[in-house]
Amino acid sequence: MKVLVPVKRVIDYNVKVRVKADGSGVDLANVKMSMNPFDEISVEQAIRLKEAGQADEVVVVSIGVKQAQETLRTALAMGADRAILVVASDDVHNDIEPLAVAKILKAIVDEEQPGLVLTGKQAIDNDMNATGQMLSALLGWSQGAFASDINIDGDSAVVTREVDGGLQTIKVSMPTVITVDLRLNEPRYASLPNIMKAKKKPLDEKTAADYGVDVSNRLEIVKTVEPEERAAGIKVGSVDELVEKLKEAGAV
Amino acid sequence: MAVLLLAEVTDGELAMDATAKAVTAAKQLGDVTVLAAGGSAAAAGDAAAKIDGVAKVLVAEDASLGHRLAETTAALIVSLAGDYDHIVAPATTDAKNVMPRVAALLDVQIISDASGVVDADTFERPIYAGNAIQTVKSTDAKKVITFRTATFDAAGEGGSASVETIGAAANPGLSEWVEDKVAESDRPELTSAGVVVSGGRGVGSEDDFALIEKLADKLGAAVGASRAAVDSGYAPNDWQVGQTGKVVAPDLYVAVGISGAIQHLAGMKDSKIIVAINKDEEAPIFQVADFGLVADLFEAVPELIEKI
Repeated sequence: MKVLVPVKRVIDYNVKVRVKADGSGVDLANVKMSMNPFDEISVEQAIRLKEAGQADEVVVVSIGVKQAQETLRTALAMGADRAILVVASDDVHNDIEPLAVAKILKAIVDEEQPGLVLTGKQAIDNDMNATGQMLSALLGWSQGAFASDINIDGDSAVVTREVDGGLQTIKVSMPTVITVDLRLNEPRYASLPNIMKAKKKPLDEKTAADYGVDVSNRLEIVKTVEPEERAAGIKVGSVDELVEKLKEAGAV
Repeated sequence: MAVLLLAEVTDGELAMDATAKAVTAAKQLGDVTVLAAGGSAAAAGDAAAKIDGVAKVLVAEDASLGHRLAETTAALIVSLAGDYDHIVAPATTDAKNVMPRVAALLDVQIISDASGVVDADTFERPIYAGNAIQTVKSTDAKKVITFRTATFDAAGEGGSASVETIGAAANPGLSEWVEDKVAESDRPELTSAGVVVSGGRGVGSEDDFALIEKLADKLGAAVGASRAAVDSGYAPNDWQVGQTGKVVAPDLYVAVGISGAIQHLAGMKDSKIIVAINKDEEAPIFQVADFGLVADLFEAVPELIEKI
């Protein structure tokens, strides 16, 4: 079975986000970029499937600017076999929307015929939480969203999902799209020899036009602002004072 | 303008709080028709008919719609979509599973987690874990939206909408339900609780988390946890408050042993009153707390339980 894993290049999760003065978005120029943390989990899961003999090839794909090549090399260094880069924008500030990404991924799935697509549940930049579900819809496949456990057995997979109030387990028919949640695994770090080896792994470069997909955005960005600051409160000196303040405020 | 709102139905019961909050957002867009879908959904439909601002309720009961499987629920919504300009839902995990699938089938870019309605095409939503708020205008003919419930007040009750029963769409047979493991608890549900007490890494162990639960029970509160506490195995993931967990906005939020990472703040900073107890006076949580107490939680929390 071939596993396809889409990965997104996003602002590193440790970087403090700054809104651009013109309100067009968040400043991404000269900012450290990394693989979306949820996508690291899906790459890790795909590699584990290969190590367990359940997958025979892991193909990673990234859609965005040319610099996403670095993100793909990271995935190759973790253990993916080959990569596809789809250049869909030359502006780092242009975020390709999930619907367009899902359409390109569908075209790649039609070509590559994977038995499983593993995506992160959301990207930490636009927080849309949509690409995996949208791809599943366009393919007419089953979906297992927010997975914390995956067991593939022949033509079906048992997926445990993180839902409000607890866990839900469902059985999905293969092929399927599974989106992964935090607790599924802990991604490995790439070792130096593997980073060197990754440089020689195949990376195909394509464009959105190669797949005939219109990547123009459906959502027009009107403005982007910093969230309202919360007014700083006071420090209390003791539990007694805290109880008194809470009673004054009518909170208890 | 007509709006179709997917009600939050769990095991035949309406999640009133989440649904009524989404109604508040949806009625700014037009006449609201609520869809109650499930293995059993009639009682949920009757409950939804009483929400102020609901014009009509559609009830779809079918075994294939049980447990809110995405494929069948999305197929049903798409079959109804022709009559509506907006298709919306509260941003629960169920809706986040179903609604992007609906949007893709309608060739629409979803607007996830909208926190504000500007006009029928234009919505505010948090991005980057709430570190920025973006206003987006949809150019799609139909809009598919999930609403972040924490930012809307629940619509009242007192309505009496008509209820119509409809059939399910054909079951594509792609997935089936196996089991639910719902955390059994007498405590209020985290996202709708009036008071939330959360513990962080500072609590130190799963055993010591009992102290957080004891304070919560004293206050009649739901229990939350930071991602650090969940990652350390002190608390289950469904207690997680933050951008990657649940977003809450109770009247009172008590953060115990939580440093206040950006991703946690994104999940609780809309709370009305925030109390922080932490021994590190430099902890960022104090920058958002109305009342901060620099103290060892193992001394302060038992004292608080006794005195409150």
